[in-house]
Amino acid sequence: MSQMNTLLEVSGVSVSFDGFKAINNLSFQIGPAELRAVIGPNGAGKTTFMDIVTGKTRPDEGRVLFGEKSISLLSMSEAQIAQAGVGRKFQKPTVFEDQSVRENLMMALKAPRSWWSVLTFRTEKTHVARVSELAEEVGLLDQRDRIAGELSHGQKQWLEIGMLLAQEPRLLLVDEPAAGMTPEEREHTTDLLVEAAKTRAVVVVEHDMEFVRRLNCKVTVLHEGSVLAEGGLDHVTADPQVIDVYLGR
Amino acid sequence: MTHSLRIAYRQSRALIACGLLALSLLCLGQPLAAQELGPLQQVLQQDADLIVKSSRTSIGPVIDRIVASGLPVVPAFLSAWQDKNIWQREADGLFFIATEGEGRSYALTDLDSGSEVGTAQKDALSQLKPNSGVRGLIATALVQFQLSDPIRANREAALTAIERRPAQELLAPLRASIASEPDAVLMARKLRLERLLTIGYGADPAERVAAITQMSTDLGVDVRAALNPLVSTSLKVATDLPVDVNVARRLVPGTDIDRLQAYDMLVAADLAPARRSSSDMKSLLAEHVEGGTVGGVALARLSNPEARIIAYAALVQEGKVPALVSDEDIDAALGAHVFFETYAEPSPEVTDAARAALQSIATRVDLNQALDLGLDAISLASIYFLAAIGLAITFGLMGVINMAHGEFIMMGAYTGYVVQQVIPNHTLSILVAIPLAFAVTFAAGVAMERLVIRHLYNRPLETLLATFGISIALQQLAKNIFGTQARPLTAPAWLDGALVMNDVVAISYIRIAIFVLALIFLGFFLFLMKRTRLGLETRAVTQNPRMAAAMGINPGRVNMLTFGLGSGIAGIAGVAIGLYAKVTSELGADYIVQSFMTVVVGGVGNIWGALLGATMIGTLQKGIEWLNPSNTLAAQTYMIIFIIIFIQFRPRGIIALKGRAAGD
Amino acid sequence: MRKSFIAQNPSVLTFLLCLAAFTLGVSLLAEGFGVGLISTSFVKTLGKTLCLCLVAIAMDLIWGYCGILSLGHFAFFGLGGYMVGMWLMYARTEIIVERSLAQGVIPPTPQEVVDGIGSQIFGVVGSSEFPVIWMFSDSLTLQLLLVLLVPGLLALVFGWLAFRSRVTGVYLSILTQAMTLALALYLFQNDSGLRGNNGLSGLQNLPGVTAPQSAISLWFFWASALALALGYLLSAWVISGKFGSVIRGIRDNEARVRFLGYPVESFKLMLFTLTAMIAAIAGALYYPQAGIINPAEIAPIASIYLAVWVAIGGRGRLYGAVLGAAFVSLVSTWFTGGQAPDINLGFYTLQWVDWWQVILGLSFVLVTLFAPKGIGGLFDLLKRGDKA
Repeated sequence: MSQMNTLLEVSGVSVSFDGFKAINNLSFQIGPAELRAVIGPNGAGKTTFMDIVTGKTRPDEGRVLFGEKSISLLSMSEAQIAQAGVGRKFQKPTVFEDQSVRENLMMALKAPRSWWSVLTFRTEKTHVARVSELAEEVGLLDQRDRIAGELSHGQKQWLEIGMLLAQEPRLLLVDEPAAGMTPEEREHTTDLLVEAAKTRAVVVVEHDMEFVRRLNCKVTVLHEGSVLAEGGLDHVTADPQVIDVYLGR
Repeated sequence: MTHSLRIAYRQSRALIACGLLALSLLCLGQPLAAQELGPLQQVLQQDADLIVKSSRTSIGPVIDRIVASGLPVVPAFLSAWQDKNIWQREADGLFFIATEGEGRSYALTDLDSGSEVGTAQKDALSQLKPNSGVRGLIATALVQFQLSDPIRANREAALTAIERRPAQELLAPLRASIASEPDAVLMARKLRLERLLTIGYGADPAERVAAITQMSTDLGVDVRAALNPLVSTSLKVATDLPVDVNVARRLVPGTDIDRLQAYDMLVAADLAPARRSSSDMKSLLAEHVEGGTVGGVALARLSNPEARIIAYAALVQEGKVPALVSDEDIDAALGAHVFFETYAEPSPEVTDAARAALQSIATRVDLNQALDLGLDAISLASIYFLAAIGLAITFGLMGVINMAHGEFIMMGAYTGYVVQQVIPNHTLSILVAIPLAFAVTFAAGVAMERLVIRHLYNRPLETLLATFGISIALQQLAKNIFGTQARPLTAPAWLDGALVMNDVVAISYIRIAIFVLALIFLGFFLFLMKRTRLGLETRAVTQNPRMAAAMGINPGRVNMLTFGLGSGIAGIAGVAIGLYAKVTSELGADYIVQSFMTVVVGGVGNIWGALLGATMIGTLQKGIEWLNPSNTLAAQTYMIIFIIIFIQFRPRGIIALKGRAAGD
Repeated sequence: MRKSFIAQNPSVLTFLLCLAAFTLGVSLLAEGFGVGLISTSFVKTLGKTLCLCLVAIAMDLIWGYCGILSLGHFAFFGLGGYMVGMWLMYARTEIIVERSLAQGVIPPTPQEVVDGIGSQIFGVVGSSEFPVIWMFSDSLTLQLLLVLLVPGLLALVFGWLAFRSRVTGVYLSILTQAMTLALALYLFQNDSGLRGNNGLSGLQNLPGVTAPQSAISLWFFWASALALALGYLLSAWVISGKFGSVIRGIRDNEARVRFLGYPVESFKLMLFTLTAMIAAIAGALYYPQAGIINPAEIAPIASIYLAVWVAIGGRGRLYGAVLGAAFVSLVSTWFTGGQAPDINLGFYTLQWVDWWQVILGLSFVLVTLFAPKGIGGLFDLLKRGDKA
């Protein structure tokens, strides 16, 4: 069960900043095609957890293994981890505002990443078609030629999700995708993530319980840098410890 | 015949007349000499001729006799003689001290009594004009009197004279004067000087070796000056090693001395024929061109060095040019002679002791030089710290990169200069200049923040460029106002000079003052940040401007004040740096890169980081200068390269903020 | 694809046509062609300006497009000049020395020639031996290769160290400035092997060429124009397409590009090295026209002026860099050359030589504050006007 059905395995990871333990002996697993929501109060270590997986922060101890061959992500650079198939969406929408939607997507499109192959890259019909397909998927087909900076907040979020999909990652880390969205936009975002999770692992960090409920997936509750509870949403919300953390104090 | 007789008669009459005159003079003078000639005058009259026609070679015994008379008036006479104040009355050959009176008359003072004995016209007198050699001997003779002179200043002057011109004959009088010396300080100097003279002129080697050993822990330059002549050697060549000289070492040609250099020594000593250099060979070849060939070789082929040798050999065969000195000849000549270094000092015990003493002194000098270097490094670090502390505030705390920071330093220095033009008192002018420089640059900083930087927050590269534009403008403005030549900013007199620990270690008071100023600034900065409202607000705005604004702090005002403060400190640093270096419009530009390096190396946003950075850069620069003292430019180059490499290992500086606060 | 690249970028074609027209115009009016409306010295000034435009393009690539404010590109420019200067000086001195040695009865040996050249070149710094770095100076080909290799290698090593340790933003700017300062200080030394502060001189003479300066100046003018055209084309190609997207992405959000899987450091390194080489070529063409190069040329201030040109011209667009460099450097030459008439204010005579620097500095502040797009921004206004 463990090797075959696990895409990412985080075990015994700890990290501290100036004596403050942001992550404390955290263990986490996710399968190759699974949607998972990670919730937790502020300072629970959600963002730091993502930083560790994507290589931005090096943990003090623990293991992070990825893929069938269980390669360790800890010795890889951010770019290498991304190439290995880990995509990340930041809390604030970060798209390249000076460039058009098409250019943003084209940049993200799965292709060799070395400077030489990028310099000699030629846009083929298949690339154009794939970009259009992605634009359609995230609902930006008719916005393809607009400059990303001119898009609305929600559209930027979708563009970023589109860019993530263009990377064709095997693991998607999504940080608060629904923040600042209108109800319709949220619905669209939910659909996108559920759809994406059919072919890959998707981890969604979210505050909004309503949004999490709509994702209808397994939930991991983080607290003070380690896992407090795991299971269906109804299961964890019934957990007295979780109630204590969220409502108490 | 009659004619000649008449002449003879006339001559004899003249002679008789002369004799009579002389007799009468003698009769007049005889009782004068017996009754009134003082004892010194008597001594002098015995050698009157030698004294009048004094020369360096003949005057020695005369001076000795004068001194040996033991008369109390001898020193006064000798110094008057040395000062060309002794005149001889032509009428009776007596010596007097003459002082110029009215007209051409001179007042004569008797040498023994010291009382005025009348006047004389200049025509009736002739001045004694001892030449410099004679004056030197007189001075030497005088020293022994001065060494025991009742007036302290005279004794001190005598000691200084000996220190400047040590000589063998001074040793005995110096020793004689030690016992009676009442002053402790002069006593110590005399004892030290006695040791130094013993090293050079002591009677027997044992005594000198003892003196050398005794002084071998002394760092004074005078000790080394006394020892160095003892170990100085000269390079000599001979067929056999001589036995009667103090040989320092033998030199083997090829290892201790360059073969050709050794051979050239032989040539210079006429012990071997001269070598022909390639240019000699060329000109000899040129002298023997015959119909387009030299020695049977075509001219065109002579661009080949081998062809030249062939042609030259042919000329030698014909006997037209001297033979080349071959390598074998050189080896043979070198083998037949010995090369060696000899000491000028004949005694091997003394030279060995001197060498050992110099060795031990050198070790101690090295240690002290390291100490001196450390002090130098600290003072350089203080200057960098002063230059960088304002940056640590504007760049470190606010993240504003201010390329005009150097120009604020310059403005402070020029403020100091202008104040000195108005207030001539240096102490007062510096006291006025410091707050004024702060005020001027504070105002400039606030103006710059309001007009430019405020619009560019969060656009660091643009800030860099805009402030650079200001920097160009300010620099040129300073040039237009003050001209291109350096302006002096003079330190008060009490900052002149240096704290001298020994002949190796010394630190100038200005540097100490700058060090103290740096410490004051450090304290001031810490107080400001940790204990004042402004410090609290600054830290709040730095860490979270929105939150600070929500708490009722006006970030615009805080930024303005903080920036003004950083600039103001740069102004004060400018006054300090101006005291130490010349004030030019490029003063700031000279420090700006180092200042940024200091902040970057130390770690941004931390005053201790700036302190460590300044210490590191100062030490490093001095260290590299020490390794390669001839080239301070290279020192800067290597230092910058080192910093670039250092940043590889600590990209955030020595004191780095860690974790999320550091941002990315 | 090349066709479509030009078609996609009509401004490239416009620029090339303008440059060709300018070159043709200057050539026809120059002394070298007998008309003489443009003096030889002004042809040289224009040729030098073209070289400055080329280095400005390099600066624009690295700063305007990739966001790295390098204060070191003028150092690469200077190094390029030094490399070509070494050959020019060696070859020219060789001719002089050979000629003077040929006066003698005995023909000189090769060693005598080399010694003669050595004492001619290094006499000013009290030496006559050739330093190791001059080992290729007798070969034009190798020395031209060094024009690319030396600055390229320096950029590669420096960039590798700097980018690897993730030094960015103003820190990187300060570090590049430190590099420039270190290089300049090194070259100022007499034992640097490049004649200390005397620099290399007499570079305006092409060894073995007897043509008059009026002709030589035109040749260099053409070479500069060609280099600028090629440099512009190369830069326009590099920034078009996906590579351009990525480096602009690095400028705007480096971390995001990294999370897309691009090895940001190697992109930066490649561009840093490429632009250093372009700068070096510009320098190699500039200094034979200037006639002399010395370490003061490399001082950090020069690199900052380079940034000033690009900023005033409008960064992030290639023609902006060209406009800025041409405009500011020509105007600077005019004002500081003493040609501009002084203004008598009655109580004070305003001398441009003294005040130009102040005006330049302040106008730079104004451009940064109010016209971040520089002169190039004017074109945007015109375009907008057309549409409306």
